[in-house]
Amino acid sequence: MIIALDFVLRLALWIALAPLLPGIINKVKAWVAGRRGPPVLQLYFDLARLWRKGVVLSDLASPAFLAASAVGWVAIAAATTLLPVGPAGASLSFQGDFILLIYCLALARFCTVWAAMETGSAFEGMGSAREVSYAVLAEATLIAAVLALCVQTRSLSLPGMLAPATGAGAILLAGGLFIVLLAENCRVPFDDPNTHLELTMIHEVMVLDHSGPPLAVILHGASMKLLLFALLLTQAVLPTGHLAPAWAGVAIGAGVLAVTVGVGLVESLLARFAFRRVPLLLTMAFLLCLFALLIAWKGGAA
Amino acid sequence: MNSLLLIFIPFAGALLAAAWPSDRTRPWLLPIVGLAHTVIVLCLMVSPQAVDPASWIAFDPLARAVLPAVSILFLCCAVYGVYYLRLRPERPNRVFVSMLLTVLGLLSAGHQSRHLGLLWMSTEAVTLASVPLIHFNGTPRAFEATWKYLLVGGTGIALSLLGSFCLGYASLRGGGSGDLTFTALMSQGSRLSQPWVLTAWVLLLIGYGTKMGLAPMHTWKPDTYGEAPGIVGAMLAGGVTTVAFTAILRVHAVLVASGNGLIADRTLIGLGLLSMFVAALFLLGTRDFKRMLAYSSVEQMGVLSIGAGLGGAGLWAALFHVWSNSLTKGSLFLSAGNIRRAAGARTTDEVSGMSTLTPRSALLFVTGMFAITACPPFGPFFSELLIVRTGFASGHAVASGLFLGCLFLAFIGLTRLVFAIVDGRPRAESRAAGKRFPETAGMILPSVVLLALSLWLGLFTPEILRHAWSAAVSQLFPSS
Amino acid sequence: MNETLNLLVGMAMGLNLLALGSGRLPTLIRTVALQGMTLGIMPLLIEPRFEWPVVLVSFATVVGKGWIIPSLLRRAMRTANIDREIEPFIGFVPSLLLGAGGTIAAVALSRALPLLPEHAGSMLVPGALASVLTGFVLLIGRTKAISQVCGYLILENGIYLFGLLLIQATPLLVDAGILLDVTVGVFVIGIIVDRIQRAFDSLDTRKLTVLRE
Repeated sequence: MIIALDFVLRLALWIALAPLLPGIINKVKAWVAGRRGPPVLQLYFDLARLWRKGVVLSDLASPAFLAASAVGWVAIAAATTLLPVGPAGASLSFQGDFILLIYCLALARFCTVWAAMETGSAFEGMGSAREVSYAVLAEATLIAAVLALCVQTRSLSLPGMLAPATGAGAILLAGGLFIVLLAENCRVPFDDPNTHLELTMIHEVMVLDHSGPPLAVILHGASMKLLLFALLLTQAVLPTGHLAPAWAGVAIGAGVLAVTVGVGLVESLLARFAFRRVPLLLTMAFLLCLFALLIAWKGGAA
Repeated sequence: MNSLLLIFIPFAGALLAAAWPSDRTRPWLLPIVGLAHTVIVLCLMVSPQAVDPASWIAFDPLARAVLPAVSILFLCCAVYGVYYLRLRPERPNRVFVSMLLTVLGLLSAGHQSRHLGLLWMSTEAVTLASVPLIHFNGTPRAFEATWKYLLVGGTGIALSLLGSFCLGYASLRGGGSGDLTFTALMSQGSRLSQPWVLTAWVLLLIGYGTKMGLAPMHTWKPDTYGEAPGIVGAMLAGGVTTVAFTAILRVHAVLVASGNGLIADRTLIGLGLLSMFVAALFLLGTRDFKRMLAYSSVEQMGVLSIGAGLGGAGLWAALFHVWSNSLTKGSLFLSAGNIRRAAGARTTDEVSGMSTLTPRSALLFVTGMFAITACPPFGPFFSELLIVRTGFASGHAVASGLFLGCLFLAFIGLTRLVFAIVDGRPRAESRAAGKRFPETAGMILPSVVLLALSLWLGLFTPEILRHAWSAAVSQLFPSS
Repeated sequence: MNETLNLLVGMAMGLNLLALGSGRLPTLIRTVALQGMTLGIMPLLIEPRFEWPVVLVSFATVVGKGWIIPSLLRRAMRTANIDREIEPFIGFVPSLLLGAGGTIAAVALSRALPLLPEHAGSMLVPGALASVLTGFVLLIGRTKAISQVCGYLILENGIYLFGLLLIQATPLLVDAGILLDVTVGVFVIGIIVDRIQRAFDSLDTRKLTVLRE
């Protein structure tokens, strides 16, 4: 009973806190540009508004169109239960749970792409193609990063893995994971979440035909994914093991905030890259994680 | 007589040339400095002085065995240069003359360097100093050739620096002081750290092999020799490559002293055969007679490399070949330059019948071709014969057989091209250009002298040269 | 101290990869300049005592590699008025992968070579080999003359890194001579680049194809 309550409480916390992050990013962007910007809680208002609205469905789409957004959200929520949060640990953990986490994220992506293809629109097909081709590189990077952590800590489950060492490897890993975070969450320089030009969008173009509650679910899922990656990055790099639980919590919170602000700064200072340059950036991220892996491996041998 | 004069007189000449006001009289500095240089070199050769083993720069037996050939070649080229530059009044020659003299000074420094770092610095400086010589003609093709020369040569020379460092580290790791003089390295012998010595050998062989023009690092040669004036080609083929060859010889001696002689010999023979083979193939295909000379030079470098790889007597023959090649190749470059100017073109598609337009140059060209393809009784015949004999005697029958085969292929390629140019009816456009081309004594005699020296070298190899070569061999292989 | 040195060498290796991945000439030149400056600081870290000649060499390297040569290249770029985008023979991603493979190979290879006890654990040898390989990839894989020059500079930087192993053993005269030669070399290259620009009206070395069999 306690375990079930704990599980539900954690999930509720994740669900409740996730939409804060896009709000913070937008606030940072507005601040850099010298505007007042939307309130930090804007996404909550948007989600509430969308939830009250009706759904417009395409004649061509099968029921899978609706199911896919739901399944995608559930997959991300499942992934969040696997990620430990500092001293509080994870709801679920077992040997090799990081593989399940990666697959949950992949399933969520698959669902988004599927729903996009269901509409039969050319634009959404294009967005899906881009999303998937970036994902190939981003996922390789993520796996290399997780492997580096595995080798570094000689542990096969996430709570053990996220107790990193400091040094050159951590810097490389931080760089690599930050780029993956940007790519996976469709932020600048990979994708511009504010753009309204179908030809240049990736994520936004895939959800063009969604409306009402399904769109709300997808937006909320995306914000949870962002929080997930920010937490993963913070804990992969920041050694908090020796701190008192309360301070560790504060440190992780500060880390997530720093990552979020970082994303906001990147979005303010960089323009979106041309599509042909994107693989280069992702390859660089992959190499960063690969070198982190090699350093972890070599350091372990010596 | 101080051997440093060999370096400083050309440098002083270069400065003087840079300050000289008249384009018309400036070229005369070339033969004056060249004559002074030759006189000093010959004096030093006749009366060799004892060499302080620790000295960084000295007229040691190896320099004594090679440098006079370069000096004589330069003198002949210098005389030719005066008349050549007279034909080119439209191009300012201040940079050309002063850089040519700088090259001579640096070549003297390179041949006399007994320190790896100093050797590298002179070779690099020669590379840079010859850049303005190569694009003297100022055509887009000349700049293309210069760019390739700089890029390939620069990369090669950079690798040889890395190799020099590796050799220094081999000495440090072996408990030495990191002293880069060849004497110190050789005396350290097998105490040098073996993996580093081998790494150094690979890098130095690639680096100096690029400068020498061994295949597959020879790609700059056809372009450069094709576009540079004949006199520059002669100096590059007879002088700069020789510095690189002596550099390889000095490093090779260190390898032998460190107990890696067998590996070093094999790589030299292998690289030499590859160069000869590649050169022979290209000689069969090319249609441009200046590029032909470049491939022939690649082939000669292969001969030198094989000779050096055969050790003892082979090395003696290789030093002999340095002389015969420098003199013969110099003569060929000069006569080819005449034909090129007279015909205004360089390929068999555009040039033929030069024996009627420029009879003297054509005769020299054909004779030089026979000399360089090792027809008796010229120098190259005897030196290459000696290499083949050493090869068979030392049990390298297969290598020697391949050597002869490549020589034969090269002979076919060269004769085909040379006779296509010399024989037949002159083309109309060549005829028009030919009327303006005067075969004056100054344009012909240097080539004749060089060829005559090559003949003399073959028929009556002077005793003093034999001694010089033997002394150089015993400097490089003190034990044998 | 050795740790700081290794960090700098690691940074130089990272800059190698950045140079391979950079798609614009100004970025490439800036990367090479930064690498040159990183290299220039190193002699100060290696030499334990404060000596004027070492400081002088270090200063000359920082100024030469970090300021003079890059500004020469920038001037060549401006006067040539060329397209700032680099068009590669070998694409950016393949050359990046080649560079990374080269870096790993350099680390593996340098383990086969015995080092002096005081150099054990030093990244100088792998750093040197990796830079030489990176230089080669840039030399072969780029079409613009200026990016090839940058490749040549990175190659030289690799050799410089290796030379640091010998800094205590070789006389300073040799170091100075080598530095001078390199600078003059780049200067000469700069002049030729200028002439090529005038002769061909472009710095695209793919146009240099008249001379061939």
